[in-house]
Amino acid sequence: MTEPGEGGEAVLALRGITKRFGPTLANDGIDFELRRGEVVALLGENGAGKTTLMNILFGQYAADEGVVEVFGRALPAGNPKAALAAGVGMVHQHFTLAENLTVLENILLGGAPLWRPGLGAGAARARLAALSAEYGLKVEADARVGDLTVGERQRVEILKALWRDARILILDEPTAVLTPQEAEALFATLQAAVAKGLSIVFISHKLHEVTALASRVVVLRHGRVAGAARIAETDARGLAAMMVGAEVKAPALAPREPGPPLLELEDVTASGGRVGLRGATFALHGGWITGLAGVSGNGQGALAALVGGLARPETGRMRLEGREIGADWSPRAALAAGIARAPEDRKRDGMVGDFTVAENAALETYRQPPFARRGFLNRAARKRFAEDLIRDYDVRGPGVEAPIRLLSGGNAQKLILARALAPSPRIVLADQPSRGLDVGAVAAIQARLIAARDRGAAVLLISEDLDEVMALSDVIHVISEGRLSPPFRRGTMDAAALGLWMAGQGFEGRDAA
Amino acid sequence: MRLEAIPAPSLARRVGLPAAALAATAALGSLLALVAGAEPFGVLGLIVTGAAGSKFALLETLNRATPLIFTGLAVAVAFRAKLWNIGAEAQLYAGALMAVLIGAGTPAVSGPLLIPAMALAAFAAGALLLLGPALLKTRLGVDEVVTTLLLNFVMLLFISMLLEGPLKDPMGLGWPKSEAIAKEARLPRIVTGLRLHWGFGLALIAAFLVWLLQARTTIGFEMRAVGENAAAARFAGMPVERTVVLTALLSGGLAALAGFSEVAGLKGNLTLDLSPGFGYAGVIVAMLALLHPLGVIPAALFVAGIFVGADSMSRQANVPTYIADILLAAALLLMALAIFLVRYRVARD
Repeated sequence: MTEPGEGGEAVLALRGITKRFGPTLANDGIDFELRRGEVVALLGENGAGKTTLMNILFGQYAADEGVVEVFGRALPAGNPKAALAAGVGMVHQHFTLAENLTVLENILLGGAPLWRPGLGAGAARARLAALSAEYGLKVEADARVGDLTVGERQRVEILKALWRDARILILDEPTAVLTPQEAEALFATLQAAVAKGLSIVFISHKLHEVTALASRVVVLRHGRVAGAARIAETDARGLAAMMVGAEVKAPALAPREPGPPLLELEDVTASGGRVGLRGATFALHGGWITGLAGVSGNGQGALAALVGGLARPETGRMRLEGREIGADWSPRAALAAGIARAPEDRKRDGMVGDFTVAENAALETYRQPPFARRGFLNRAARKRFAEDLIRDYDVRGPGVEAPIRLLSGGNAQKLILARALAPSPRIVLADQPSRGLDVGAVAAIQARLIAARDRGAAVLLISEDLDEVMALSDVIHVISEGRLSPPFRRGTMDAAALGLWMAGQGFEGRDAA
Repeated sequence: MRLEAIPAPSLARRVGLPAAALAATAALGSLLALVAGAEPFGVLGLIVTGAAGSKFALLETLNRATPLIFTGLAVAVAFRAKLWNIGAEAQLYAGALMAVLIGAGTPAVSGPLLIPAMALAAFAAGALLLLGPALLKTRLGVDEVVTTLLLNFVMLLFISMLLEGPLKDPMGLGWPKSEAIAKEARLPRIVTGLRLHWGFGLALIAAFLVWLLQARTTIGFEMRAVGENAAAARFAGMPVERTVVLTALLSGGLAALAGFSEVAGLKGNLTLDLSPGFGYAGVIVAMLALLHPLGVIPAALFVAGIFVGADSMSRQANVPTYIADILLAAALLLMALAIFLVRYRVARD
């Protein structure tokens, strides 16, 4: 028997895959090969093009250029049924299970022919039991999916793929929603599956998982293959450098001494999201941009909720300009304290889609003069204010009296930032401010954050884009599994070192200390 | 096939589709009349004249529209804030009950304050009736569709109990009805001699005030924002729960004014058939009005006109009354569909 990945036949080959979304080039001439019985990790930052590539492979998107070959035969583009029939199974990041049905029903769903409803439930049950024993995927056939834990649901998804005789399994960030214990169980399962001849593509941006599971790694960056290596011949540091790119943008800000701490957290724990915050301590200084680097879902949401007024610390203290926050800590209190907020999910939290641009411009200040007097709105003042904002921030769209949902993401984000920064806030919370925006909008938004910093505001920049954090921050904390790293001053850390902290290395020593 | 929102519908679309709905209703009406053996084209004329062809008919339509404006407003206000108040029928009866309690027999309040006292008490009763479901929704997440809907039956049975017991009119020959309200408790007519009471005027004023509140005040801004996107409203510092409760108080109170107006302006006493489903029809009115407070007025007139006109047509053309019912249902469904299609188109993948 040949060693996996060495001389095995190629079960899957992607050749010259190119995919555009409007002006964005999501995949740019990507070549990729998977051999029988190997696990290949597809590594890259968010937006690097990993998920797009796999969706092309699975037939959910049609590539603009390039071919997908499975077992040596080209797949018709944009046809998930053909991909399924060819033996490709995909486990999505967000599960596609019907919660009100049982495990067995979910597995049969869409696969069982409708005109033979009686298709032996007994036989199906037996086959499921056999499959689950063969791969060590323990599930209860009659449990309602809604009652299962996330880890169990994932096992159902994998079983669903195996049920349809998948020989190639694609897992899109399978551990993103799992606890560490569940993740280890998953790895054991996948190793067993590989031993039985399955081939696996494993999408991740967590270095330690990649090194633990994969035999080969392909790194994507900005839609291109940035590098490929055998795991045995590389290490986490090398992978981190490949993933984030060796080059870091030139600093766009003049060094300056920090002002006083405007917001301090002292050993704060808080829930929210998957991990929450675990004993976070840090200070936001006036005149500095504090960057928070980390893979999303590691506690950023809990921290942003705390600063934005949506949540209170469960234990520990949070102080604003030296004074502990009151029992009435709320979004309104945060606004009154001079905290400007640009939320991570701008569509959900930052704007009312059916309201006009002008109404959204005054969404946080509608009850203050000049926007309202004695409970009555002053629409003329609101309109003037909105017109000023769209002129100052170059927000392009069909005008201030049009619904804001007609604006592009970048223009909506500019308006949200313009609204937040208009009252010259003391503290600025920018949560993923440039995610999903085009280059021009990104530059405009970063310039505004730097201007706020130069004015003396304390800016908290939460971003998954390590390049952005490194280019903009005076000081950087890394967040991982709800823990905060010590502050790293600008220029003292390179991307690879930060990447190691992002992957959770470096905290161990501190926990012990 | 899927639905696709149209960002800015053209004027032709906004006028043409409702017109097409009316035309389709007319065609269906002719067809039904033909089947029933009547002159097909005469039927439509009979509906129109029945609803608006004479002074009497027109006033009848306006009277019928009055409670529909109140319940339509109640539903429109609530739905705008995504508070699904299906209990306007119960709130209407709560308002009617208060009108009778204060206005019948020897009124406790006298003189010019009597009618305002009845209206206020009615508003308060309706508001309180919806306060419970609103608090259950904001505090415990209980679905208000269920609670408000079920309260309709609770309220009707409660009224039935009262009318068979303590409120029963001793002179009522055994019928379950309350004593009549005092003469000075009755809403005056708008123009002497014409059978149209001030309830209609109050309904128009209420629609204007609700519009003013929604479009021009900070509270109305909060109500709309909470309805369109509660997460963003919360993030922007709005008091989301308080806004939902305020909306409930307003909605319940408006629906109760329908009951007050029917008792004090038209019927004079409380019976179990005071409302032929005005509360439920309020949902239709509000949807036809696209939840716009001023749109509620034409929507209520349209629904009332069909009610009255179809009724009159079935008598005159000597066709079964259920043809009127079918026509009414078809008109409402087609109009609702047309209004929906103004803003959405069906696209093929």
